[in-house]
Amino acid sequence: MGTSLNNTSLHGELELQEVTKRFGDAVAVNSFTQHFQAGQYICLLGPSGCGKSTTLRMIAGHESLSSGDIRLDGRSISQLRPAQRGTAMMFQSYALFPHLSVLDNVAFSLKMRGIDTATRERKAHDLLELVHMEDFVNRMPEQLSGGQQQRVALARALITEPSVLLLDEPLSALDPFLRIRMRAELSRLQRELGMTFIHVTHSQDEAMALSDRVVLMNNSVIEQAGTPEEIFNAPQTSFVAKFMGGHNIVEVDGRAYALRTDRTRLSTDSAGVSAQVANVEFLGRTVDVSLDCDGVELVASMNDSDFHRDRIRAGDSLCVHWKREDLYELSDA
Amino acid sequence: MISERLRLSGISWLQLSPILLILGFFLVLPIVAIITVSFWSSTEYSYFPDFQFENYQYLFSSSVTRSVYLKTLMFTVITWASTLLIGFTVAYFLAFHVRSLYTQIGLFLLCTIPFWTSNIIRMISWIPFLGRNGIANSALIDMGVIDQPLEWLLFSDFAVILAFVHLFTLFMIVPIFNTMMRIDHSLVEAARDAGANGLQILTNIIIPLSKPGIMIGSIFVVTLVMGDFITVRFMSGGQSASVGRLISNEIGLLQYPAASASAVVLLATVLLMIAIMLRFVDIRKEL
Repeated sequence: MGTSLNNTSLHGELELQEVTKRFGDAVAVNSFTQHFQAGQYICLLGPSGCGKSTTLRMIAGHESLSSGDIRLDGRSISQLRPAQRGTAMMFQSYALFPHLSVLDNVAFSLKMRGIDTATRERKAHDLLELVHMEDFVNRMPEQLSGGQQQRVALARALITEPSVLLLDEPLSALDPFLRIRMRAELSRLQRELGMTFIHVTHSQDEAMALSDRVVLMNNSVIEQAGTPEEIFNAPQTSFVAKFMGGHNIVEVDGRAYALRTDRTRLSTDSAGVSAQVANVEFLGRTVDVSLDCDGVELVASMNDSDFHRDRIRAGDSLCVHWKREDLYELSDA
Repeated sequence: MISERLRLSGISWLQLSPILLILGFFLVLPIVAIITVSFWSSTEYSYFPDFQFENYQYLFSSSVTRSVYLKTLMFTVITWASTLLIGFTVAYFLAFHVRSLYTQIGLFLLCTIPFWTSNIIRMISWIPFLGRNGIANSALIDMGVIDQPLEWLLFSDFAVILAFVHLFTLFMIVPIFNTMMRIDHSLVEAARDAGANGLQILTNIIIPLSKPGIMIGSIFVVTLVMGDFITVRFMSGGQSASVGRLISNEIGLLQYPAASASAVVLLATVLLMIAIMLRFVDIRKEL
């Protein structure tokens, strides 16, 4: 504690070593090992039940570790109480205290530390300004919209001056339009504060738009970790390729490869694999053409001008082809 | 247009009529009757319609009234504080420490089992326990804690309050438990995340959010104790008075106008107490 919001020296270098969580016989998180640089935006991505939220709760201290260790800025925090760790959590439903005003919600942790009213209210005002909620100090949480509640929850988490901010599905309760706006806001805040954000989400769009580093989990283990580009362009397993979307899984010489749908090309001449057009979906900037290729399903994304030039219709027979360098071998198939 | 509106309002009144009839017949009518009779006159052997304030004058000028009200208020305050302490603790344990829903339901039902027998039987069952040669005294003598049997265990204010607490604690547990079950557990986690310790979570989060339940339970307990006469009579052995006993004695003496006046004053007192309690907490969300 006592670290200041300071852009020049970055805090929040987080290391998870073989972190494991068991509930009885069930393993929720199995040997999670990652090293996160300070000041990065990290997304824990995966389908529901993959262990991403449990991992976040273990970092926060709301769940104990069955084995392994968590280190923050070089010191082990896995035995500390949540408030001693230098982390702060923003809860999925925001968990604003319904009986306290916006100001009292934000000032709550300072009140718990016995800081006098004037000081804590001044600090709470500053943070509410940071999230553009300074006009709502006297409102009660139930009088706020979802997006406003989220800003308050953010201010409440930031007032402890954490070096790591933990966000549990922060955007899932918002409508799609607001979600994209808050996404940009989170990104701006993270850059301004220079602290490590760890954001749990099941949306690959969100993870790709926001993060410096994505950790994709499935069945309690890390499936692949890397920058969004690495994960999207070079998926290592068929799960990653399917979960990130925009990929076909093709078999060449008995081996499985991931191939981006926008690098999957169609032609009317006979070069490549023959296929039948099963369905056509117009998506605005692109058109997704679903193909049936001897029982294997493939999708080709093409831009709409190509689509109109080739006049592709459901039921057409076409040929599918790709470049060798666009294939990424999958380890698990 | 107008006839249409009349027709609609007629339907509304028709839909309201069952509850209006029930409340009118079983609540409003008896109260109106009591208020009316409270102005009547009486002699030792008869009572007759009249309009005079003698019953009230006597009630407010008598020193007995004051001491009986003080005694009743003392019973109420001590019972309220004890049932609140026990009820809150039990509800807190059930709502926040028992993890599985089935255990929660099971333990909750366990709390209600005593209510399968009547109040009077539960009251009387204290007598062999607390009596001069009862289980409590003989156990304490056998353990060497006391030499003489404790006289104040039974037929005393202690016994009255003990019986009240035994009878009415559940009325505190149920509404508080009900409110606590609606407290989102992530609020407790958020408080812990903000550095609150156990006591701070209790005083800053759980007690404020349980207030409506506490208030509903308090209203139950206060009204039950204020109006009680049978518990006081049994457990004090006839040695303690309460407002309820005062009224019941007057009825026993066929002094219906005086009893009515006492009942009206008691009703007004209880309503005033509830009104004061409701000033502090908004219970509408719970209803």
